[in-house]
Amino acid sequence: MRDHLDTIAQTGLQFFGKMTASISHEIKNVLAIINENAGLLEDITLMADRGKPIESQRLKTLSQAVMKQIRRADTIVKNMNRFAHSADESIGSVDLNDILELVVVLADRLASMRGLQLETKLQKTPLKIRTSPFLLMNFIWLCLDFAMGAAADNKIIELETDKTETGAQIRFKRLEGLAKAPLDKFPAERERKLLNLLAAELVVDTENNEFFVRLAADIDKD
Amino acid sequence: MKIRVLLVDDEEEFVQTLSERLALRDYDVTASTSGDDALEKIKHYNYDVVILDVAMPGIDGIDALREIKKIKPLTEVIMLTGHGTVETAINGMKLGAFDFLMKPCNTEDLDSKIKKAQARKAEHEERIRAAKVSDIISSPRSVFEDD
Repeated sequence: MRDHLDTIAQTGLQFFGKMTASISHEIKNVLAIINENAGLLEDITLMADRGKPIESQRLKTLSQAVMKQIRRADTIVKNMNRFAHSADESIGSVDLNDILELVVVLADRLASMRGLQLETKLQKTPLKIRTSPFLLMNFIWLCLDFAMGAAADNKIIELETDKTETGAQIRFKRLEGLAKAPLDKFPAERERKLLNLLAAELVVDTENNEFFVRLAADIDKD
Repeated sequence: MKIRVLLVDDEEEFVQTLSERLALRDYDVTASTSGDDALEKIKHYNYDVVILDVAMPGIDGIDALREIKKIKPLTEVIMLTGHGTVETAINGMKLGAFDFLMKPCNTEDLDSKIKKAQARKAEHEERIRAAKVSDIISSPRSVFEDD
């Protein structure tokens, strides 16, 4: 049991670290753009002091550029806040669509760094399940990380949610390199432990270049 | 002659605004939003200094730096980094980058580093030119030999 908890704690911390590092990098990028816009405003003011007239349209464009970055930062921080609160309850009722959407938003920059695009096809109705939100997000990230390695030349990974007879599922689709991916190493021990804790099942379908994560409607009633 | 700068970062608005600010400081600036595009530009034009973001989609800053040093060994590279990638930037200096700067960067620091980088490139070019002249004086036939 101790070993089991240690693995989960370590995996969870690694996941938390990876996501917050990526978020902070994005915030730095936003700050860098605001910094350059403020600097340009200062440059224009200095030129005005030397007699060059300021064009009002130029000031408007600069202020719009700053506001755009503030909206961007606001979205990033909101997502970071949602992510932080995912650890509030060890088990709770969640909409699988919301959880997947949040992981995709958080992982978007990491996917983009690997030249990949993440696309979601979410069920229009909520897919309510009772689960551990943080562990589920952690597991979805591990699946995404593996899926990114299995995308091969296809630059888009599709993620789809569905209702099942026993709960809900996520499909990781269009993984052209899945058959050649190291399936002997996935799921590894940490993924197996998370699957066990989440009362989930992983099904790999190499013929159709996809794999599924099937989740129970209630983690305690599985 | 203006110092020729290539600014490479995948954040388009960052590149546009910083380019404009550097142009106001009398630099000849070209903007690029990907490592691959930057390498193409470097193959066809002789920049004095490249300002290179470390973390970019596709070819990343470190791989781009290796390629730049292969294509134009004398072109100086200043790495630009967020806080999470300082180690990468230091590795970059081991691979021949001139210096690195943290985002958001101070424009006066950047201005000063670009000038120092260009001065080092000019010094290297001058040394190579002087060596070639000395070679020609000591052996005039060498002018007809291949490099």
